[in-house]
Amino acid sequence: MSRGMPAMLGGGVLVALAAFGALLSLVWTPYDISAVDIGARLLPLSAAHPLGTDQLGRDMLSMVMAGARVSLAVSLLAVAAGMLVGVPIGLAAAAFGGWRDEVAMRGADVLFAFPSLLLAILLAAILGPGASNAVLAIALFNIPVFARVARGAALGLWQRDFVAAARLAGRGRAAISIGHILPNIFAAIGVQATIQFSLALIAEAGLSYVGLGVQPPAASWGRMLGDAQTLIGVAPRLAVIPGLAILLVVLGFTLLGDGLRDRLDMRG
Amino acid sequence: MSFLAIRDLTVSYAGRAAVRGLSLSVGRGEIVALVGESGSGKSTAAFAAMGLLPSAAVVGGEIRIDDRAMADLTAPEQDRLRGGTLSMVFQEPMGALNPRMRIGAQVAEAIRIHHPMSRAEADARAAATLARAGLPPEIAPPTRYPHELSGGQRQRVAIAIAIAAGPALLIADEPTTALDVTTQAHILALLRRLVKEDGLGLLLVSHDLAMVAEVADRVAVMKDGAIVEEGTPEDVLRRPRADYTRRLIAAAAHVPAAPAQAPGAPLLEVRDLVRSWPGVRTDLRTGLRRAPARTTLHDASFTVAAGETVGLVGESGSGKTTLLRTVLGLDPPQGGDVLLQGRSIVRARGAALRALRRDVQAVFQDPAGSLDPRQRIERIVAEPMHLLDARPGAAERRRLVEEALEQVGLAPQDAGRFPHQFSGGQRQRIALARALIIRPKLIVLDEAVSALDMSVRAGILDLLADLRDRLGLAYLFVSHDMAMMRKVADRLIVLQAGRIVEQGSTTQLIAAPRHPYTASLLAATPDLDRALSARDPAE
Repeated sequence: MSRGMPAMLGGGVLVALAAFGALLSLVWTPYDISAVDIGARLLPLSAAHPLGTDQLGRDMLSMVMAGARVSLAVSLLAVAAGMLVGVPIGLAAAAFGGWRDEVAMRGADVLFAFPSLLLAILLAAILGPGASNAVLAIALFNIPVFARVARGAALGLWQRDFVAAARLAGRGRAAISIGHILPNIFAAIGVQATIQFSLALIAEAGLSYVGLGVQPPAASWGRMLGDAQTLIGVAPRLAVIPGLAILLVVLGFTLLGDGLRDRLDMRG
Repeated sequence: MSFLAIRDLTVSYAGRAAVRGLSLSVGRGEIVALVGESGSGKSTAAFAAMGLLPSAAVVGGEIRIDDRAMADLTAPEQDRLRGGTLSMVFQEPMGALNPRMRIGAQVAEAIRIHHPMSRAEADARAAATLARAGLPPEIAPPTRYPHELSGGQRQRVAIAIAIAAGPALLIADEPTTALDVTTQAHILALLRRLVKEDGLGLLLVSHDLAMVAEVADRVAVMKDGAIVEEGTPEDVLRRPRADYTRRLIAAAAHVPAAPAQAPGAPLLEVRDLVRSWPGVRTDLRTGLRRAPARTTLHDASFTVAAGETVGLVGESGSGKTTLLRTVLGLDPPQGGDVLLQGRSIVRARGAALRALRRDVQAVFQDPAGSLDPRQRIERIVAEPMHLLDARPGAAERRRLVEEALEQVGLAPQDAGRFPHQFSGGQRQRIALARALIIRPKLIVLDEAVSALDMSVRAGILDLLADLRDRLGLAYLFVSHDMAMMRKVADRLIVLQAGRIVEQGSTTQLIAAPRHPYTASLLAATPDLDRALSARDPAE
């Protein structure tokens, strides 16, 4: 039972810290992030500004907190949407098989055939930039991932005797999928969700970096990185701080996922 | 001096003792059987003798090989001993072989590790060793891969690897448990021949008293990590001194009560059932034409009467499970019909199918796989209630579940627990409670007691006989185990390669089998009395 515990704990702390910062920013940040103060621009680290200020004189700590809110919210919504659509598709494909399975899986193949970020850029370019379109674009390439994972895990379970017993008990395929299959693939989906969350976080950063994600004045870690690139020689700190934030949260989710997988494997 | 001498062996994991003070010896040219039920520590003892225990094991006592203490040897010396002087055959031959390596290469590898020689020499010796193990090149050339062989042939490869380096002692852990009875007889004959020709010592770990009575020179009965009795098979199995041995023999020979009433009207009628699978489209040259269809069930017909117990016997691959799934209406047949009290389960849909399902329930082979691990027992046992038109309320449901649990000898409060909190035998009782709860007329049992220990199995068989008499149930038993079938079934159906080759009353069929396959099955099935009688003249 102790296997994977330290990793999970470490991952949990990193993720909780980011989530806390994001939630806190809803009610309080050390400074107002929309207040531009050119006089106080590019200040180094100090007691008043623990992470210094950016090229417009905004407090970096406040920016990171507000950025966390957008980055995490976009990733969370995108993964949740991908899961809510993808898992039922995968369950149905496994339950009904035949041409329905073929249609669902070839559809997933088509989505997989496009590089995911390219697809997101295309979508954002068509629908216009913005946070909600970023969510939509990232959710779209999460759907086939969850559909595949759910289908694969479900297909194995359909061969098990407890499913045969449920059929003998007169349960239909939909009822078995919900009552027996879904609870037993939760673990696999949960582990996949942590992986997808890290990928979504990076995708959001990428979209915002190229200007197709969140629009000013809202902050996101990807936008902060994009804004910092012209000043990389003058104030590398401006790029390092949001980059480090992305790195740590991705690391946190990866550790959480690994720990989760180890623990669930123990029981299986 | 015995070749292998184990003295006061203790093995414990995290403070829990698996073996407590075991002493056992095996001489050259001798077959010693270590017998016990699951959890008795017999496999742990065998692994300890090989020096193959996981590092978490705390080992005490002494193991001497050829009068040298294992503990005094360095790790490289122990490695030379393993495979060279001592070797092992496992239960599951597929897991013991490398799936990506030709069988000849696997045997040659085992030879070259212990006897440096050229590759060509090793290959030649590997081919000779395989032939000795009963796989001459005309049957299975050394260039085959494990997946191209049958289970029995794979076990022969595993044995060839084990004897490749010319060991003095072979440890076999349930070497025939995963095999069919006729294959088991061949593998046992092979092991006996090797013991005789090479003066090999054989430590045979098994749960099967009848099989052991046939082959062993000495038998040691193990319980809770210690040997309770040891001696010749005649002494131990005919005149047991220990209570536990007596109980074990009684459980193995146990015959449940005969039915109180004569069978009634026909309940299940299977008519000319056919199952076939379309060929796979593979060949590009023939324009992706399909390969010919493969038929796994040919025109099977039989009946089961109310209150009757019918046994369906056959070896692996004979189509038992295919037949049973079709009878249960889980898979559709390609021809023929299955009638329950005159109504077809094959063509029934919707409400009509649900009505038919009320009369037939099933208990599957693997009790771990047939219970949803995420559900509590109450929900599992109550599941067939979905077939009822008037579903009972929560309180009534709970009461019915508790009643069913009590019927199978479990406690009412078990309803709130999860499957993993029960032993294998208890889980099989839970599966039985689920099959019983809506009072079906027929229960299909697919190898439902095969995985259980003798004493647990005897208890379940008694329970089934009791329920049959009280509730008027009919059973369709499906199993490869002829020894058990002859004790429980009123009638037997013998299935070979998808065809029913013989059916008739159990007594008649056993006394005078008409089909040669039935006769060979009966001859290969180990029987305790017959095995002991056969030994007597030699004494």
